Amino acid sequence: MEKRVTFSHKALPYLLVAPQLVITFVFFLWPASQAIWQSLFLPDPFGLSSEFVGLENFRFLFGDRYYLESFTTTAIFSLAVTALSMSSALLLAVMADRVIRGATAYKTLLIWPYAVAPAIAGVMWLFMFNPSIGLIAYYLKFLGYNWNHVLNGGEAMFLVVVAASWKQISYNFLFFLAGLQAIPKSLIEAAAIDGAGRTYRFWTIIFPLLSPTTFFLLVVNIVYAFFETFGIIHTVTAGGPERSTTILVYKIYADGFVGQDLGSSAAQSVILMVVVAILTVVQFRFIERRVHY
Amino acid sequence: MKLTKKLMVAAMAVVWAMPASAQTEIEWWHAFTGRLGELLAKQVEDFNASQSDYKVVATHKGNYSETLNAGIAAFRAGEQPHILQVFEVGTATMMAAGGAIKPVYEVMAEAGAEFDPESYLAAVAGYYTTTDGDMLSLPYNSSTPVLYLNQDALQAAGLDPQARPKTWPEVEEILKALKASGHECPLTTAWQSWVHLENFSAYHDVPFASKENGFSALDTELRFNGELQVTHIGKMGEWAKDGLFIYSGRRNEGGARFRSGECALFTESSAGYAGVKAEAQFPFTVTNLPYWEAGGAPQNTIIGGASLWVMTGHSPEEYKAVAAFLSFLSTSGVQAAWHQNTGYLPITTAAYEQTKSEGFYDANPGTDIAIIQMTGKAPTANSKGLRLGSFDQIRGIIDEELEAVWSGNKTAQEALDAAVERGNQLLRRFERANQ
Repeated sequence: MEKRVTFSHKALPYLLVAPQLVITFVFFLWPASQAIWQSLFLPDPFGLSSEFVGLENFRFLFGDRYYLESFTTTAIFSLAVTALSMSSALLLAVMADRVIRGATAYKTLLIWPYAVAPAIAGVMWLFMFNPSIGLIAYYLKFLGYNWNHVLNGGEAMFLVVVAASWKQISYNFLFFLAGLQAIPKSLIEAAAIDGAGRTYRFWTIIFPLLSPTTFFLLVVNIVYAFFETFGIIHTVTAGGPERSTTILVYKIYADGFVGQDLGSSAAQSVILMVVVAILTVVQFRFIERRVHY
Repeated sequence: MKLTKKLMVAAMAVVWAMPASAQTEIEWWHAFTGRLGELLAKQVEDFNASQSDYKVVATHKGNYSETLNAGIAAFRAGEQPHILQVFEVGTATMMAAGGAIKPVYEVMAEAGAEFDPESYLAAVAGYYTTTDGDMLSLPYNSSTPVLYLNQDALQAAGLDPQARPKTWPEVEEILKALKASGHECPLTTAWQSWVHLENFSAYHDVPFASKENGFSALDTELRFNGELQVTHIGKMGEWAKDGLFIYSGRRNEGGARFRSGECALFTESSAGYAGVKAEAQFPFTVTNLPYWEAGGAPQNTIIGGASLWVMTGHSPEEYKAVAAFLSFLSTSGVQAAWHQNTGYLPITTAAYEQTKSEGFYDANPGTDIAIIQMTGKAPTANSKGLRLGSFDQIRGIIDEELEAVWSGNKTAQEALDAAVERGNQLLRRFERANQ
């Protein structure tokens, strides 16, 4: 028979969840509601006066062709970062899972990049690819390829995607490795005895059994690409050349903290909040169905 | 026993009260690091040592944009410093914030400090002065763009190493010769919008924006998509395509490439002089910013850099301290040293005269180019400076559109039209927010 835990006091359960609720309120709900409130105003930078403009900040944004373009940029960037960081992490995890000698050393080394701050990661990659002093740019020139991400939008995008993915690989690696080690060895051995090759075993047994991990990482990585890559963009390209790496979260910074246009910046935050909420709902409704727990 | 306790309390009270009654402390937030930061710290140290009534505490708050942001955020929280260093791009933002700033002329008058607006160089102070002649902020570090040439590179291309091209067609000849001799980076620039559009417009006496470049009213509109600007940017676009002009980045990334000898010609702030002199392993020439023989060129160029704004919300005693410090900064000794060490312009005529009489310009050829170029002619409505809201952001837009020209994605006309249209939208938002 199922064992049931009941609380004798009615207030106790509320008391127990209260700390979490307080944190959620102070750090999430309250700032979010502030952003919504501010998005309805057109204030001056110093907060000396503020005009209520209703939905005009939103109308201004959706009438701006360049703002709409940055949705496409964000989509390309997020998909590329998610795909690259997850596939590389999976590959590394599968390989690290097979290593017998010195496994801990490999694992530790692979986790290191996660400890690097985004801005520092950005600067490191920038140094390697700097058109005039970068080592990689120098070798590329040697091979006859003239690397110049300062003026070539595609190269700039490539660079920020690589830098952002590199930082996230460690995190994904940890989860994939834990997922791999949780798969019962007996299943794999049984398949091997039945004559299934290594690749076949991976795609028919390991990959489906990893799907809960993969799904979790998909959600986390998209959120990462949307919100936490600001430091990398800021240090590597500052959104340029032209607007080729201006993702939504970078534009919020640029308009709010460089342009001092807090109304528009708040409106963009609200839009970004809605976009990520929709994305998460979609992921849970449509992709989660294909996940085997 | 009781007596000793009382004595102790009294002694402690005296010890605690002493620093407060003896010295008024004022905060100065600035954006300087490295060599400039050291020189700034030296000024503060000298001021603090020169008297015992006031103490200035200087704090670094990041780059120009970050310092302005820190000041704004602090004001919103009621924790603003007494003095805030704001770059020239933020001038309109500060001017529009009537309740947040205390004009310098007012600070000086209330403190009874000696203050003669006439002693400041008009071309420098004019940028921060109202149309009625009231100085709102104290110019601190001001510079203007000039052309740097690598003499070794010119010689290697079979050109006169002492060449001082005056006009862009003369520069073009040099660039072509450099390219023909196999040079990979004939020309690069720093601060493209500031040099090739803002100063370009003033130098050719054509408007950058309507209403005297924003000096006379908030409802100003951008005008830099005029014929001359389009021609110049179009020409630079051609040079970019032919490998005569190499784009290095939005800020002063080109500086390292010139100093290392990679690029031969370089348009950059006169304040870049100290860095070039310290690092370049080759002889170099500093000369006037080139111009096209069109419009009113050569008119005068305008300044870049920063000024010191005094913020509201402090006590009269503290403003006295501020006035004393600003007066100290304006003395010709301090100014002449600053000018000679950094390459920034002196802010007073006296400091210029002092530097001249000390023989500094003869010993360091090229260091007086900037001041002559700026003060050679009386400024017109197009060459007094710029006063545009959201200008940091507008510069960002200009950068984006110019990059489209350098990469060949847009023609000069398309790019400048787009920049004007997008910039005007921001000006209208700024106008509404600051009415």
